[in-house]
Amino acid sequence: MSNTFTAKIWVLGDDIDTDIILPTEYLALKSVEDMKPYAFSPLRPELAGLIQPGDMIVAGKNFGCGSSREQAPEVVKALGISCIVAKSYARIFFRNAINNGLLLIENQELRDVVTEGELAKVTPGEKIEYMGKTYEIANLPDNLMEILNAGGLVKAMRKRNGLD
Amino acid sequence: MGMTMAEKIIAAAAGVVSTKAGDIETVTLDRLMSNDGTTHLTIDMYNNKLKHPRIADTKKLVWIVDHNVPADSPKTAASQKKMRDFAREHGIDFYEGQGVCHQIMMENYVRPGELIFGADSHTCAYGALGAFGTGVGCTDYLYAMVTGTSWLLVPETIRFNLRGKLPKGVYARDLILTIIGKISANGANYKAMEFAGEGLHSLSIADRISICNLCVEAGAKTALMEVDEVAMDYLKEHGREPKACYQSDEDAVFAETYDIDLSTIVPIVAKPHFVDNVVPATESYGVKIDEAFLGSCNNGRIEDLRVGAAVIKGKKVAPKVRFLVVPASRAVYNQALKEGLLDIFMEAGAIVMNPNCSVCWGACQGVIGEGETLISTGTRNFKGRAGHKESFIYLASAATVTASAIAGQITTADRV
Repeated sequence: MSNTFTAKIWVLGDDIDTDIILPTEYLALKSVEDMKPYAFSPLRPELAGLIQPGDMIVAGKNFGCGSSREQAPEVVKALGISCIVAKSYARIFFRNAINNGLLLIENQELRDVVTEGELAKVTPGEKIEYMGKTYEIANLPDNLMEILNAGGLVKAMRKRNGLD
Repeated sequence: MGMTMAEKIIAAAAGVVSTKAGDIETVTLDRLMSNDGTTHLTIDMYNNKLKHPRIADTKKLVWIVDHNVPADSPKTAASQKKMRDFAREHGIDFYEGQGVCHQIMMENYVRPGELIFGADSHTCAYGALGAFGTGVGCTDYLYAMVTGTSWLLVPETIRFNLRGKLPKGVYARDLILTIIGKISANGANYKAMEFAGEGLHSLSIADRISICNLCVEAGAKTALMEVDEVAMDYLKEHGREPKACYQSDEDAVFAETYDIDLSTIVPIVAKPHFVDNVVPATESYGVKIDEAFLGSCNNGRIEDLRVGAAVIKGKKVAPKVRFLVVPASRAVYNQALKEGLLDIFMEAGAIVMNPNCSVCWGACQGVIGEGETLISTGTRNFKGRAGHKESFIYLASAATVTASAIAGQITTADRV
């Protein structure tokens, strides 16, 4: 994951819960593709339609708190979000995101300085560059990087078993 | 250096002598619970993404249909059929319509010292019997199902020393909402919340489940309580023996320690839209409600129904207010029938429903409309959680919810 990429920023607040990321009433939809238009709808109904593949989300503390519904990180991934940068993550969401190959970055400062619509340059495991300033970011533990690099836990299992 | 309860359970499950917070261990799971929220996704991955998949130990799996029961649409009927057929084909313990998953697990499976994964965030409830329960997503569940193992970051522990007794009219729900208000919605993120002290002994198993169940609302990975006589009596009554009873060592290291005098707790209400947005119930007096809900894995046990029935006996639900009463399991429902509690609720004008997750998660019957307000013993009050995104949820104890159903506005049981 040493590939640097540049992404447009969407800004969200603290405690973005899983019912915000994907409300219960849409969990029964047939596929994650069908769920995409409703992501973040209780908070910002228009947001899912505006997000372009490659964009990133910058949020506050406790991102993904609430239910264990895996459709939450799945729908974020399906929208094409390249990574989330938050002050902290709720633990179940954290595991679920990694297991679905969605890059999560923890950073305390960025949320308080970014403006929505601006661009940031991300070098996973190293740094984020924004408006001429560099913010250092930590690497994930090796076992998580293996999962993330494979594109998720199921893909990592297949790889480990020599199927892919 | 001593170990915490969480460290001891993980060490045993990992087959190592000792472990410490911050280490990553590969553990063998004792039990794997999944419900109709995501099991169909697990099955899809099992059938379509893995080559020659097999279940490591079928006896450890428990599958429970509780979130949308009975099915409310052809879509949910189809996903439940998938779950039912797979369980039958593979010989997996399967429950349907018999109650909320965590209540069924407490009544039939959970043993002290076990390490249990549940594909549901409120799996931390099992700490009421000294078991390490933790919520996972369906991919983690799938991995554990086919390998029998998973990895865990050993959590730090926040210790709560309880002393004294809750005052009359104050309940475990008020205690845990007070604690979440104090430490905040991510105050225990990645951590274990451990409860001990003489005050614990005064709490029933129902109280303990309420407390442990809600710990995930502070971000906790698990909640744990020491096993005492009350817990041993519960196990005996339900025909089970402990796997192992652990206590934290005297020299165990805790991230934080809180001393809580139970006698100082007052009735609490969590206001929209966050569980840590708590105030004394008195500060929410007069808020008009459209619906009240008594039930869920948090407060749908017989003890809660007794509290509600005592408050509403001989009184009526306020006009234009729906009061939903949902026993947490068939065992609870039958007991409530025997004790005449359901008669009391029905005579008061309540709607008594079959055991399920109900409006707590906003997909069963009972969802609320635009601009409406619900007072609930459910687990969460997130924006849109119980129906329309422009609606409002207050969380409170069984007593406060029932009293509010009578008054048509938020109030406490001493005022109706």
